[in-house]
Amino acid sequence: MIEVENVHFSYPNGVEALKGVSLTIRNGEFVAIMGQNGAGKTTLVKHFNGLLKPSEGKVRVDGVETTKTSVATLARNAGFVFQNPDHQLFSETVEDEVAFALKNFGFEAEVIEQRITWALNLLSLTQYRKTSPFLLSGGERKRVALASVLAWNPNTLILDEPTIGQDHQQKETLRQFVVQMQTQGKTVVIVTHDVEFVAESNPRVVLMKEGTIVADGEGREILTTPEVLAQSSIVLPQIAQIFMKLAPLGLPKNVIDVYDAKEIILKALEERRK
Amino acid sequence: MVLIETKNLTYTYPGVSKPSMSDVSIKVEKGEFVLITGPSGCGKTTLCRCFNGLIPHFYQGELKGEITVADMDTTKHQTHEMAKSVGLVFQNPENQLFALSIEKDVAFGLENLGVPREEMWERVEWALKLTGIYDLRERSPHEVSGGQQQRVAIAAVLAMRPQIIVLDEPTSFLDPLSAEKIFEVIHELNKKLGITVVLVEHRLDLTAKYADHIIIMDEGKVCFDGDPRRILSTEETRLIGVGIPKATLLYQILKKEGINLNNLTPLSSEELAKMLLEAFETHD
Repeated sequence: MIEVENVHFSYPNGVEALKGVSLTIRNGEFVAIMGQNGAGKTTLVKHFNGLLKPSEGKVRVDGVETTKTSVATLARNAGFVFQNPDHQLFSETVEDEVAFALKNFGFEAEVIEQRITWALNLLSLTQYRKTSPFLLSGGERKRVALASVLAWNPNTLILDEPTIGQDHQQKETLRQFVVQMQTQGKTVVIVTHDVEFVAESNPRVVLMKEGTIVADGEGREILTTPEVLAQSSIVLPQIAQIFMKLAPLGLPKNVIDVYDAKEIILKALEERRK
Repeated sequence: MVLIETKNLTYTYPGVSKPSMSDVSIKVEKGEFVLITGPSGCGKTTLCRCFNGLIPHFYQGELKGEITVADMDTTKHQTHEMAKSVGLVFQNPENQLFALSIEKDVAFGLENLGVPREEMWERVEWALKLTGIYDLRERSPHEVSGGQQQRVAIAAVLAMRPQIIVLDEPTSFLDPLSAEKIFEVIHELNKKLGITVVLVEHRLDLTAKYADHIIIMDEGKVCFDGDPRRILSTEETRLIGVGIPKATLLYQILKKEGINLNNLTPLSSEELAKMLLEAFETHD
């Protein structure tokens, strides 16, 4: 469980990135943190694994205050995948990259081997095992960064913009992967701008604006409230846009899923026929 | 008039045995808005790197086949010559910006070309105004938002007055509203100034509506090339991992259920909503 209590955070240059944020994330939750560039999303999630410590307020991870433990201990529990994979990749081969943290955490050679094979296979990277990460495409490098964190099996996964540069199929794989993580009781927190990805996965949505939380709730409700979204520079998912325009017909507005949309439209047309 | 033409273009990066792009033969007409998409690693970025000669001039490896861009064989003309005709905008603007002020960044390419001072400032001002960042001109490019940085990168390219702008996922780091504004700017440049646009994007939900030509690549090859409405209405595109717009998908699903909708495949929520409103009216 991650508990954030009235957290303020200022960078050394004086910019106040968080202005009193309170939030509780329970184990096994899937949370999407959304909001415009500079809203404080990344600053907030960096508090979850102790990369940043609050200037004011408290952050507790599984009951332990982050100021009272080491980043190394916190990192073992919460794996962080950065927005720009180039900020975390440095090894000569994909395999070495994935092995790095495992070696640091002191896993046995045999386990390391298994974990590498598992993680590379899961993220369709097996063919690049001996390749330099820097020869790969942006989307592929992003998956290498994810594989290297997954490999040590953290309880909480924090993914900063995981869908950037990923194609449709990979997003689908990522979505299924998140579902799988949840069934294992793991917590997944993503920072994202990708409204369509959020619409497809319907997580809890935390909407931020200028260092504060402006909305917190079910994705289907928040992503269909244009007034709330507009202040965070988020646009409605395509299906929600359609239902906004169909409102004069008396159809519900809170629809974000294609298949829900189909059922509602078919039913409404059926009723008109009668 | 054909502005970009490739014939059996094949390229292999150094130290790799398999080509990243093979037998690509495409044509882009002047004034078109072309969308290039396909699964990650399909070769679309590699193809873009050929358009301004980055391949083969900056990347070693082996390039085979023919490529002509704005009447120049890119293998025989240096990238600085190509830069007058083709501007490239990357995914992450940070990699492209370096000057102390936004206007100096935008002026940089022109200074390199030896454009006379007066004309240079005229073109810089024009580009800054078109992209809506004129008021920010004296600020450092590193202290403005990601969306504004991407506008600076686009302005820098525009100031060169290129015939073609190639953008490789130009908005992936931006929030949805900033992304939409960038696409609107690009769309306007295309419609008002007739600049040919080549846009590489995964997110067809945001971009399909602007395109009048779509090229879908997979495993280094072109597998679909033509009218977006026709191509995105086929079932196969979905199979190779192209996320068609949700509006298009919903349209296909409703059609399959036997709902009588207009035969022109919609590419945006506006188009589908209009069709649905009509469908409901006829049922009244």
